[in-house]
Amino acid sequence: MAQYEKFDYDVLVIGAGGAGLRAAIEASAANVSVGLICKSLLGKAHTVMAEGGMAAAMANVDERDNWKVHFADTMRGGQYINNYRMAQLHAQEAPSRVRELEEWGAVFDRTKDSGLISQRNFGGHKFPRLAHVGDRTGLELIRTLQDHGIHQGIEVHMEHTVASLLKDGDRVTGAVAYDRERGRFKLFQAKAVVLATGGTGRAFKITSNSWEYTGDGHALAYEAGADLIDMECIQFHPTGMVWPLSVRGILVTEGVRGEGGILRNSEGKRFMFDDIPDLYKHQTADNEEEGWRYTQNDREARRPPELLTRDHVARCIMREVRDGRGSPHGGVYLDIAWIKERLPNAEEHIKRKLPSMYHQFKQLANVDITKEVMEVGPTTHYTMGGIKVDADSQMSAVPGLFAAGECAAGLHGANRLGGNSLSDLVVFGKRAGEYAANFAQEKGSGTVDEGQVEQVINRALAPLGREGGELPYAIQAELQEKMQDLVGIVRREEEMQQVLGIVAELKERAAHVSAPGNREYNPGWHTAIDLDNLLTVSEAIALSAIERKESRGGHFREDYPDKDAAHFANVNVRVRKGEDGRMQVDQVPMAELPEDLQAIIDEESK
Amino acid sequence: MSEARFKIWRGEGEEGRFEEYSAQIDEGMVVLDAVHQIQAEKAPDLACRWNCKAGKCGSCSAEINGMPKLMCMTRMDQLPEGETITIEPMKAFPHIRDLVTDVSWNYRAKKKIKKFKPRAPDTEDGSWSMSQDDVDRVQEFRKCIECFLCQDVCHVLREHDKHEEFAGPQLMVYTAALEMHPLDVEDRREDLKEEQGIGYCNITKCCTKVCPEEITITDNAIIPLKERVVDKFYDPIGKLLKIFSSADDSSKE
Repeated sequence: MAQYEKFDYDVLVIGAGGAGLRAAIEASAANVSVGLICKSLLGKAHTVMAEGGMAAAMANVDERDNWKVHFADTMRGGQYINNYRMAQLHAQEAPSRVRELEEWGAVFDRTKDSGLISQRNFGGHKFPRLAHVGDRTGLELIRTLQDHGIHQGIEVHMEHTVASLLKDGDRVTGAVAYDRERGRFKLFQAKAVVLATGGTGRAFKITSNSWEYTGDGHALAYEAGADLIDMECIQFHPTGMVWPLSVRGILVTEGVRGEGGILRNSEGKRFMFDDIPDLYKHQTADNEEEGWRYTQNDREARRPPELLTRDHVARCIMREVRDGRGSPHGGVYLDIAWIKERLPNAEEHIKRKLPSMYHQFKQLANVDITKEVMEVGPTTHYTMGGIKVDADSQMSAVPGLFAAGECAAGLHGANRLGGNSLSDLVVFGKRAGEYAANFAQEKGSGTVDEGQVEQVINRALAPLGREGGELPYAIQAELQEKMQDLVGIVRREEEMQQVLGIVAELKERAAHVSAPGNREYNPGWHTAIDLDNLLTVSEAIALSAIERKESRGGHFREDYPDKDAAHFANVNVRVRKGEDGRMQVDQVPMAELPEDLQAIIDEESK
Repeated sequence: MSEARFKIWRGEGEEGRFEEYSAQIDEGMVVLDAVHQIQAEKAPDLACRWNCKAGKCGSCSAEINGMPKLMCMTRMDQLPEGETITIEPMKAFPHIRDLVTDVSWNYRAKKKIKKFKPRAPDTEDGSWSMSQDDVDRVQEFRKCIECFLCQDVCHVLREHDKHEEFAGPQLMVYTAALEMHPLDVEDRREDLKEEQGIGYCNITKCCTKVCPEEITITDNAIIPLKERVVDKFYDPIGKLLKIFSSADDSSKE
């Protein structure tokens, strides 16, 4: 008999980044008991790395802004395969969620005259809309939620990994997890479960994501019978560090471009002016002067092309590198130092607005960004796709199983706008917490099958007992390399088919890995368990990317380089577990956009 | 590419020893890269806590050549070339395994500090007006990534083991951020004296030196808090004035 400790909660939240913390806070406010599981220490989740800001149409800097403009910007950025209802709720509720953070102690940067929360420009947003704290907004958000949350009676289980969800018939009834510090197993029985586990970036070699991002929630939900949609839509952020090699992929915030930073190739040319998509022509500057004025909050100016959507900027950088106009280490140049030609205190200004970028380049690359250019290139950044949820309640197809934040799909469509992630976390984290608490109160407890628990534990322990097998690290590295090369920014059918074969082979090898050592804080063992999730999401990404035979947003197919409105404008690609246990992919038609929302989009496209 | 030699602390709880490893070093590598390389090739169960590898989460704290540092922000080329590099876990907390310590005390101690309590909003939609100058001071403290390196180096905790009496520099920074928050109306001065034991700090400034976020912990957080405590409890003229005036004591600086 396997040994395990038992816990019983009304609502169990898995993941303690912005979405998980916000969900836990909301659920506990509804007077239900709440358990919160995090893979790292509390307050260290990937949210901490978000830099630029959180988008909310508060109109503190430009009074022309309102939720309708934010809604239309989000839909346009997502190339219209977003869940329109989520985009609407997000745009409407984000301002209240930001004010609530201030009420809980967050200290945002202020506007000069009114002393209100300041808002900055970002790619794809028509007006300055991002509430921010220098370039460490994510830290402010997670710390505020953490410091508020610890006084709400939430029970926190730090450094735990969930091995499986448990079900009673259709419905979810809890989870089995182990604590990473001591390797002890725990059974968490729960009336409702909220997944808030973040993204899948660790499936790729070059990524801005932390080690936790192994697609755990995606895989747990898939195994439990939920649908995953839009998995082909991965965001490659245009500006990651490229040198030194050991820091390749670390994010360079879009805020650098928001503050006036420009992109140049090896010939010194500002190449972003060469290719401006039709969808954005009417709102993009056609000369350098106008672009500069925009970054200095000139309301009549249009945005510089560096602030076009991330998918487009990333592809332009790829093109420059491919055509031999890249920097020595395979990127292009990002220059913020040039603003000294325009601003008297440029050096101080840069350090004040972009302190962690200054710090990061100085410390890791020996580059002083107030004087020198940065070398940057695309890095895997965000998973738009994920668990399909109901827009209002965030419940998945599995009763009692909710999802919020990056592991849920819908809000961002084919491409996420910068700043829409932090607001996503709090808007839908709150909703998931609220509806999960309702569900728990209405439905009561399900039953847990102890045999199921036993099975999960035995499977999880297998790599520890196995002798002579391969170590998991090599398999993980191989998967990351293949995904990067074959399902990365530019995709082709044959290569992706190849990946499916590779994933199948790696799965076979992963089933026989060994993790020497004992259960206490054993990283080899942890990696072996994470690996299963990475393999599941990698297969889902490749299968979905093959299915969408067009290019849209973050999904770019060299063999189908254009949008195919006739076949793919109104469908989401869906992945789910078939009755035979194999992964199945198909297309599901999207709900028709209501007239009032269509009218908003039409108005904003003029 | 060159080879570097390491002595890494291995073991569980009270028991342990240094073990020697080597790693191939490329340009720009940080200590955490070397630890990962050793993990992947030679010691698959080498325990080390890390997360973002970008100096933003404060997970990979350790003592490198005896200095408390983040492994992800310590470049190999900043360490003396050719000499064996020692990596040890933080000393001020109970040891779990290899480079990992039990830092849960910090979380328990934080929970005892009174939470943020704002004054009523300035406008009906729930907004407040504050000038940037007024929030600058607090924003310095809010850069804290909770890496606990300042706690590790503080002799009150590290050598004298006063965890029950003294909350340590990190939580002084946390309290300073609350006390100096322009909207906060809570008073934590008595707790600072009685519960967080601010008197234990004798201003050696070791904490400031190791802060990877360059927060001026002693000068900007601890000393002003000490002054506030002194003002409340040890100021005879203030006490007299308080007795003779009926001024509302809830107003704060």
